[in-house]
Amino acid sequence: MPDRTSRFIWPILGLPGMVWIALFFLVPLYVVFCVTFGTVDPIFRSPVPAWNPLEWQFEQVVVVWDRLVGPNNFYLPPVLRTLLYVVVAVVACMIIAFPVAYFTARYAGRHRALILALLVAPFWISYMMRMLAWINLLQPDGLVNSMITLWGIIPLEVNWLSGNPFTVVMGLIYGYVPYMLLPLFAALDRISPSLIEAGRDLGASGFGLFRRVILPMSVPGVVAGTLLIALPMMGDYFTSDMLSKSPNTSMIGNLINLSIATPGQSGQAGALLILVLLVLLAPMIWYTRSNAKAEVRS
Amino acid sequence: MTVSPAPAEALLAEAQEPRRQRAPSGMSGARAHGLAAITAVYLLWSLVPVAVVVLFSFNAGRSRSTWQGFSLRWYTWDPDGSVINDESIRNALTHTVLLAVIATAITVPLGVLFALALDRWRGRLPAGANFLALITFVIPEIALAIGLLFMVTYLATPFGLGTTAQIVGLVTFQLAYPIVICRARLLTISAHYEEAARDLGATALGAVRRVILPMLFPAILVSAILVFADVLDNFVIVRYLSSDASTETTSMRIYQVARAAPTPALNAMATIILVVSTLVIVVGWLLYRRWSKRQGDSTDLISFTGNL
Repeated sequence: MPDRTSRFIWPILGLPGMVWIALFFLVPLYVVFCVTFGTVDPIFRSPVPAWNPLEWQFEQVVVVWDRLVGPNNFYLPPVLRTLLYVVVAVVACMIIAFPVAYFTARYAGRHRALILALLVAPFWISYMMRMLAWINLLQPDGLVNSMITLWGIIPLEVNWLSGNPFTVVMGLIYGYVPYMLLPLFAALDRISPSLIEAGRDLGASGFGLFRRVILPMSVPGVVAGTLLIALPMMGDYFTSDMLSKSPNTSMIGNLINLSIATPGQSGQAGALLILVLLVLLAPMIWYTRSNAKAEVRS
Repeated sequence: MTVSPAPAEALLAEAQEPRRQRAPSGMSGARAHGLAAITAVYLLWSLVPVAVVVLFSFNAGRSRSTWQGFSLRWYTWDPDGSVINDESIRNALTHTVLLAVIATAITVPLGVLFALALDRWRGRLPAGANFLALITFVIPEIALAIGLLFMVTYLATPFGLGTTAQIVGLVTFQLAYPIVICRARLLTISAHYEEAARDLGATALGAVRRVILPMLFPAILVSAILVFADVLDNFVIVRYLSSDASTETTSMRIYQVARAAPTPALNAMATIILVVSTLVIVVGWLLYRRWSKRQGDSTDLISFTGNL
């Protein structure tokens, strides 16, 4: 018999969390809109947020749009570059993660726990430390250059760390591949060995088995991994800053970060951010929903 | 940078299943060997660079690429600025740990209560709140950081940037961990336990406190470890919401000076944070194992890393 307290206990327990999310997630997002669609103080160059949506003006959006597709479209290259880098990095992460996850799920045997622990190790190594590691290795006199020049025998000194797109994409792959590995491992590990045996009994050979059984079963993991790494990469500015520090490799995140640092450009930063969020809205909602559904099913 | 609980959740489920017998490999040994080689190369590529950072924190010279002998000078006293001598490094270390402790202490109870509420409270309001909590997870961190930065600068001006703002940002960004992990665990806890407790005379709150919370302990432990380790590594939120040098963290410090010919003291600082998070995870694992043994659950590393 549910008494009075039990009816109210759940909402009361949930209240602090709900208030927190409203106050520190919804309100900040609203403020971004108010700053972006507000005006700029003509003297101090500081943004004047418009708190009332009826007073919203779209000057900043026009400015950003103009820089994207107008005659002076200097925002466009970083945007296209971001898309290119993200696509290349995601595909590379899949290619790297698939065999590793597959091996760990099916063949690792008694080393399984150890390998899994090593695979998740990057999660507790700071991202900045991992980037620092590559800065150390890729310095002009660093280990990588020493190795490719065979310690000075071959006169080939590659400049890795200033505006080299290869380094930035490698950095993205290095930074994000563990987040592709785990969901992929989880998906591959769920494939029951008897299913594979059944496939084999029905005459599927190595490649056919892979293409018709394993690959389709791994799709949820691949999709989850792709979203998990593509979404944060869209806002990443620090990988390029750490490994290149050059406008030649700047991404959307760098545009936003630079606008934030420049007085009077908060509105542009907000407009760029809203643009990114609009593009990412559908995948974000889709991912959240599919997760919620998976929860209900389990 | 955030670890999504989604794979963690999937692994949690897998860890709770009884271990399946692996079928003997029918594939050619050569193929398995090839995969093993790829995995080994991947692990080397993934971990050796970090090991090099740790190694060079013990370098006797100033170089971060030429080994000049073993020394602890970059940790202890060194006129060039060791961890102990350089105030900015010392301060970054203490501030990072302070943020991690406070943010974990707020995030975990907040998230656990929220998960408990969502488990029983049906309706549009809790469903919407749950959806928002999950969105905080996939939204690019920069969006949340800039939102809070704008809020503090233009709306809640007396609030001010600095430690408090950093903690608020971190808690918001991390809140989904305890929620998702505890909810996954709650789904495996049958409502019968609570009903039995109620039949035996416990109040609703008493049943939660004395029956549900103890059963939730591993999930709470795992989310606390995750939040703590993740806050130690946070960069985007703590940077946008910092005020001055006193609120600089270790990741900000690395970002700041990594490209400006730093000494191995920077490597030493990064190593110390790595040691702290490793210690937290190891202690967490020992606690988890002790608890699981008492409960007769599986105690292997997989179920723990699975939970992670």
